[in-house]
Amino acid sequence: MIIKAFFSGFGGQGVLMMGISLANAAMNKGLHVTYLPAYGAEMRGGTANCTVAMGDEEIASPVASEPDYLIVMSSPALSSFQNKVTSGGTIFINSSIIEARPLRQDVQSLCIPCTDMAQELGNSRATNIVMMGAFVKKSRIVTPDIYLKSLETIMGSRKKSLAEINRKAFAAGFDYVKD
Amino acid sequence: MNKVLMSGNNIIGEAAIRAGCRFYAGYPITPQNELTEYMAEHIRSAEGGVFIQSESEIAAINMIAGASAAGLRVMTSSSSPGISLKQEGISSMAACELPGVIVNIMRGGPGLGNIRPAQGDYFQATRGGGHGDYRTIVLGPATGQELADLTMDAFDLADKYRTPVMILADGMMGQMMEPVIFKKPHPRNYPEKFMLRGAGNGKSKFIRGLLLDPIDSEGHNWKLARKYAVIAQNETLREEHLTQDAEMVIVAYGTAARIAKGAIKRLRDHGLKVGLFRPITLWPFPEMKLRALSAGIKNFLVFEMSTGQMLEDVRLALQGYANIDFHGRPGGAVPTPAELANVVAKFYSKID
Amino acid sequence: MSKIVFQHPQSLKHNIFHYCPGCGHSIVHRITCEVIDEMGIRGITIGVPPAGCAVLAYNYFDVDMIEAPHGRGPAMASGIKRSLPDRIVFSYQGDGDLAAIGMAESFHAANRGENITVIFINNAVYGMTGGQMAPTTMLNQKTTTSPAGRQQRLDGYPVKVSEIFSKIGGVTYLERCSVSSPAGVNKTKKAIKKAFQCQLDGLGFSMIEVLSMCPTNWKMSSVDSCKWIDDILAKEFPPGIYKDEIAALKKAAEVRS
Repeated sequence: MIIKAFFSGFGGQGVLMMGISLANAAMNKGLHVTYLPAYGAEMRGGTANCTVAMGDEEIASPVASEPDYLIVMSSPALSSFQNKVTSGGTIFINSSIIEARPLRQDVQSLCIPCTDMAQELGNSRATNIVMMGAFVKKSRIVTPDIYLKSLETIMGSRKKSLAEINRKAFAAGFDYVKD
Repeated sequence: MNKVLMSGNNIIGEAAIRAGCRFYAGYPITPQNELTEYMAEHIRSAEGGVFIQSESEIAAINMIAGASAAGLRVMTSSSSPGISLKQEGISSMAACELPGVIVNIMRGGPGLGNIRPAQGDYFQATRGGGHGDYRTIVLGPATGQELADLTMDAFDLADKYRTPVMILADGMMGQMMEPVIFKKPHPRNYPEKFMLRGAGNGKSKFIRGLLLDPIDSEGHNWKLARKYAVIAQNETLREEHLTQDAEMVIVAYGTAARIAKGAIKRLRDHGLKVGLFRPITLWPFPEMKLRALSAGIKNFLVFEMSTGQMLEDVRLALQGYANIDFHGRPGGAVPTPAELANVVAKFYSKID
Repeated sequence: MSKIVFQHPQSLKHNIFHYCPGCGHSIVHRITCEVIDEMGIRGITIGVPPAGCAVLAYNYFDVDMIEAPHGRGPAMASGIKRSLPDRIVFSYQGDGDLAAIGMAESFHAANRGENITVIFINNAVYGMTGGQMAPTTMLNQKTTTSPAGRQQRLDGYPVKVSEIFSKIGGVTYLERCSVSSPAGVNKTKKAIKKAFQCQLDGLGFSMIEVLSMCPTNWKMSSVDSCKWIDDILAKEFPPGIYKDEIAALKKAAEVRS
C-alpha cells in the first residue's frame, strides 16, 4: 500500500520542510519513502510544492498522480491542485488565508486556521508545523512522537526555543483535529 | 550505518567522497546545483580534498583530467548543455586513458531546452559523445540507493579500465530524496605507474592523445576497442521485474523505469501481464540478456523520456526476435504511471 | 683549465627539434630546461604543452608532461597543481591557445592566483595550422586569413595579454621578454627562473610572455624575423616587467611570521 501526500503553497511558507519532515518521519518508522520537490528557477515568493510517497512496499513512481492527501497553504495552490486528489482523498486547507473551498464533493476537506494559530503562539513562521500537527493526527501515517523526533533531527542544532515553538505548534494543530 | 534521507544530488556527492573522490570541479547549472554545493561544503573537509568552481564546464573537465593524471580520484558534474561542453575533455580523457567520473543530471533539450527531467542525452552518453572512436561506461541509476552504490562503483570501474565513467540520471533523480545506506567502499587499486607526479630521479613520462603517425594512432584505437570489448563482455547490469509470466515487457531506464513500474502495478491489477526490463548499464547495453527474454516473450515496449534513443539499442537486441513498440515523452515532459498504463494497455490489447 | 660555458641541458632530450630554422620555440625550450637544471627541479616538474607547434614539447622536455586540449592548459595545470601542491607545474602556450580559445581558462587561472607558471609564446601568428591570423597579429599584418592585412574594423586589435593580465588580482609576477637577441634570450631565461622561483616560494601565478620568431609564417629570413620583432612587434608589445608582487608578498610573509 502506497500513500501519497502533496504539499503546496508559496515559497517561504516552509512547504518543502513539511514534506521533508514527513518523509524523514516515514523513513524512521521503517516505511519506504520518496520525497520529490517541484523545482524551478530560484525565485522568492514563487510557488513551492512537493510530493511524499510512503508505503510498505518499494515506491515505484515518485510522480504524484492522484495523491491521497493534498495540503494547501495558499489560495492558488487550492485552485491549481484540488483536481489532482484521488476520489475519497482529503484536502487540508490553511483557512487563515484561503477563503475558497474545494468544489469537489468526492473529497473530504479539513480547514485549519494555521496562520492564526501560529500567530497566537507567537510565531507565524510555525504555520507549517501547525498544519503538520493536523496532518499527522488525521492521516495516522506516523505517530506524533516519531514526527517530532524526526523534525528535531532535521532542524539540527538550531535554537532550542525554535524546537519549543515547533512542539507547541504541532500540538495545537494535532489537537485541533477531532477524532 | 543508519538510513539517511538525502536528495539524489547530495547522495552522489556523499558517495563520491566516501569512495575517495578528492578532486571536484564544476560550474553551476540547474538541476544539479545541489551536487556542486555539496562538494563545495564537504570535499575540502576530506584530507587532501580539492573543490574548484570552474569558469566553465570545459575548464572543469580539464581540471579533473589534470587531477586524474596527478593520481587523484576525480569527479565533475553538470546537466545536459554543460555536458555538451565537456565532450572535448571526455574525448581527451578517453584517449589519454584517464579515469574520472562525470555526472549528467539530464534536463530537457535540445539547446537550452528547459530544466525539467528528460532522457534526451542517451545517444550522447552511450555513443561516446565527443569526437573519435571511444565509449564511456554509462550507469543509469533509478533509486536513491542505486545512486549511492553506482557512484561508488563508477570510481572503481573508471580505475579498473582507466576510462571516464558517466552517471546518467535526470532532474527528478537529482532532486528527489530517498533513504539511503552507504556501503563500505573498496580500497582503491590504481597503480602509481599511471600517475604523473614528477619524474624524480627516474625516466620522465608523458600522457597524450595526439598520435600523428596514423599506424600508431590506429594501434591506439584498436587497443581502446579491445578494452571496450572486455567492458561490454563483463560489465553489463540490468534488472528484470515481473518478467516470468509476462506477455509484454516494458524496456525503460532511470526515472522512466520508475514510472513504468508504477504503470505495471496498475496494469497487473487489471490482469495484464506486463513486466519490466531495466538496463542499469546503458553502455555497455545488456543486449544479450534482453535478447534472451525474447525466447518466451514476443512483445516489447520501449518507454523513454525522449523521442526514442535507447530504442535503437533495443532494436539491435530484438529486431527479428520480437515486436518492438515505443512510447516517448521528450523535452522535459514526465508522464504519470496512469498515463503510461493507458498507453501500454492499448498496445497490449493488440497482442494476439 | 677550460671552463664549460655552454652545454646541452640535462633536462632537454637529445631529439632533433621539429621546429623550423629560426623558430623561437627551440630557444625557449632550451632556456627553460637550463632553468630546470639550475634549480634542480627536474624530478618535481610537470609540464603541460598546448595544441600548436609546441604540442610535441614532450619529445624535448625530459620532465613529466601531459598534453592539454587546445587552450585548456591552465585548467589542467590547475588540476595538477591543486592535487600536487609541492610540484612545479607550468603550462606552455601559444597566442591562439592563450589569448583566443583558452582566454577564459588563462584569465581565470590567473585570477584564482593558481600557483603555476605560464610560458606564453607570442609570435603574432598561428604556426602549426599554417599562418592564420592570431589574436596578437599586428594591424595590417598579412596572414592566410587576413590576406589584405589585419584590419581593425573587421578583425579587432592585437590583444595585449601582459597589459591585460597585469590588472588581474591573482597575478604575482608577469614579464614580457623577447628572444630576438642574445641579450633578450638571457633576459627571458632570468625571467623564467624568477617565475619558477616565485612558484617554488608559493607566491602565486606567474607568466612570462615571450615575443618569438616565426620566420616561416612571417615569410622572412631568420635574421629579418629578429629585426621585425625589435622594430615592429616590440613597439606594439613593449618588453618589461608588467607586475611584480614578489618582494611585497615576501615581506608580508615575513611580517606574519
